[in-house]
Amino acid sequence: MTTVAAKPATKPATMAQALGRALRDSMAEDPSVHVLGEDVGALGGVFRVTDGLTAEFGEDRCTDTPLAEAGILGTAVGMAMYGLRPVVEMQFDAFAYPAFEQLLSHVAKMRNRTRGTMPLPITVRVPYGGGIGGVEHHSDSSEAYYMATPGLHVVTPATVADAYGLLRASIASDDPVVFLEPKRLYWSKADWNPEAPSPVEPIGRAVVRRPGRSATLITYGPSVPVCLEAAEAARAEGWDLEVVDLRSLVPFDDETVAASVRRTGRAVVVHESNGFGGPGGEIAARVTERCFHHLEAPVLRVAGFDIPYPPPMLEKHHLPGVDRILDAVARLQWEAES
Amino acid sequence: MTVMEQRGAYRPTPPPAWQHRTDPAPLLPDPEPYRVLGTEAAAKADPGLLRRLYAELVRGRRYNTQATALTKQGRLAVYPSSTGQEACEVAAALALEERDWLFPSYRDTLAVVARGLDPAHALTLLRGDWHTGYDPREHRIAPLSTPLATQLPHAVGLAHAARLKGDGVVALAMVGDGGTSEGDFHEALNFAAVWQAPVVFLVQNNGFAISVPLAKQTAAPSLAHKAVGYGMPGRLVDGNDAAAMHEVLSEAVSRARRGGGPTLVEAVTYRMEAHTNADDATRYRHDAEVDAWRDHDPILLLEREMAERGLLDDDEKRRVGEDAEAMAADLRTRMNQDPVLDPMDLFSHVYAEQTTQLREQAAQLRAELEAASEEAGEEAR
Repeated sequence: MTTVAAKPATKPATMAQALGRALRDSMAEDPSVHVLGEDVGALGGVFRVTDGLTAEFGEDRCTDTPLAEAGILGTAVGMAMYGLRPVVEMQFDAFAYPAFEQLLSHVAKMRNRTRGTMPLPITVRVPYGGGIGGVEHHSDSSEAYYMATPGLHVVTPATVADAYGLLRASIASDDPVVFLEPKRLYWSKADWNPEAPSPVEPIGRAVVRRPGRSATLITYGPSVPVCLEAAEAARAEGWDLEVVDLRSLVPFDDETVAASVRRTGRAVVVHESNGFGGPGGEIAARVTERCFHHLEAPVLRVAGFDIPYPPPMLEKHHLPGVDRILDAVARLQWEAES
Repeated sequence: MTVMEQRGAYRPTPPPAWQHRTDPAPLLPDPEPYRVLGTEAAAKADPGLLRRLYAELVRGRRYNTQATALTKQGRLAVYPSSTGQEACEVAAALALEERDWLFPSYRDTLAVVARGLDPAHALTLLRGDWHTGYDPREHRIAPLSTPLATQLPHAVGLAHAARLKGDGVVALAMVGDGGTSEGDFHEALNFAAVWQAPVVFLVQNNGFAISVPLAKQTAAPSLAHKAVGYGMPGRLVDGNDAAAMHEVLSEAVSRARRGGGPTLVEAVTYRMEAHTNADDATRYRHDAEVDAWRDHDPILLLEREMAERGLLDDDEKRRVGEDAEAMAADLRTRMNQDPVLDPMDLFSHVYAEQTTQLREQAAQLRAELEAASEEAGEEAR
């Protein structure tokens, strides 16, 4: 008798649910995985990502800590020293700053300081970015700080499937990972089958989300859907834009990015983070160093303005949107071709 | 019942029903620093322990002078001496079992050596050929921590993890008086008390944070009093009394191992030397103040007691001194040899696997080194 495997039941799932599922599956698979943070227990986190974990695994595995981010990350360091694999939740981007000393001086450096004898497999989950109407201190794009710190991996998903796969990979990594979760994509939905989730991919590979021939939009996290929208809108202008989703800022996938730009000859880097000293400068420099003779125009950046994150009623003017991206594309020296 | 659930529920109740969660009185430190040497309690001290403490103190003092000499000879980049504080250092190491963990600060090289680490390996950080010269897991000694108090939450997390596993491991974390002003000190003590983690916090109050005296650091009645606010006992001890230090720390360690939770121990001591060899203590304190502490020297206090009880004769003193000299001579010989450095190590321990970017940078350095060595070869010809 032959059995026909039932087609996996896909149904709409949110990014928050996929992240929660990744935590759950990691905890079920590996008893050394512990979740700790503020309100991660009974409440399930302010974004409900840890919903149900305490009920399923108990308070010793998913722990409501005192309200102190340096203490949370500092104790996670000690737990990792003893062989556990802590996953820390920082409640919001700007609330992660008190933990910077622990992150920069210990988490990022411990493997190096101890000649590889005591690596710290810690995942620090940080909801980041704007676009949710948050009042001040709730919408920062803090990725540049983390990127500038050797010893950390910096990962950020843009899709429901990647949220699951990248978080699983981050927790499994023997290196510390700052896992940046785009807040405004928490409730984005995609068809997804939690019983047959996306494969766990190695950290550090970018992906071409939309192939195109005219120019490359290099982006990540919350700006990926914006760039895809811009690419659709650009068709009316006759531009066929390629969209590269970096997924991992550290390690940086020079290969995928450079291959794309060599194909298209033009590039725009798009992110919410401030432009000055932001990731875009590094990315533009790397692209120029590798693709100079393929470039038809300077690499441009569409970034947040160099201002403190604005109040919610003004944030739409700050965030890179479709029009600002298309304006940048229009400035890629197309005249030379005609 | 899980570890976290043992803490029980605390629900807010309106004022008439409100009460202290715990009675603060038993948490308060003694009014005077606890002493053993020169008191009646000394009669009960184990002679074997006193001999062991004495040998370690003498060895520790010699280690400090040798390491300081090595800075003058350019063999160490810097050395923060713990001369005058040897009783704290030694007692911290001896209060622990092999399975326990020690979390030292940068001034606690002596505790690390007293715990059994190779004296030369303990100086790697200060020589500067790498950051940590030992495998922390092998010795259960965390890296010497330079950022103040940041190692305290590590001790709490490690002790908490050990308790979750039911391993009966205790962590002892060391910090100075200046470090108690840091946020991490507060957060570590708070987490430890909330989690009832098996941790002992040892504050060596040596009077100064580099140049700043304690009066400018805190308005607390004593540093030990800070424990009460977290709901853990605070103990005030004479930090130059090795027997008292050993007794108090051992009690705190046993209490933690039994599931009794954390303790804060303030050891009142004095930093006899400058902050480091690079510091000038005459700018902020008078010699008379330092001299006043010479009569309260940890080795002197122990010698007096042992001599009175007939536990220390000239032969024993000579033997202990010779052992310390042998240790110093060996250290001197080994530290006078240039360390073997491999520049390519710069890229070896950043990540589990080198990133593409680090591989490229490593290749660049390798090429530079090869070019330099070829050039040197040509010049030699």
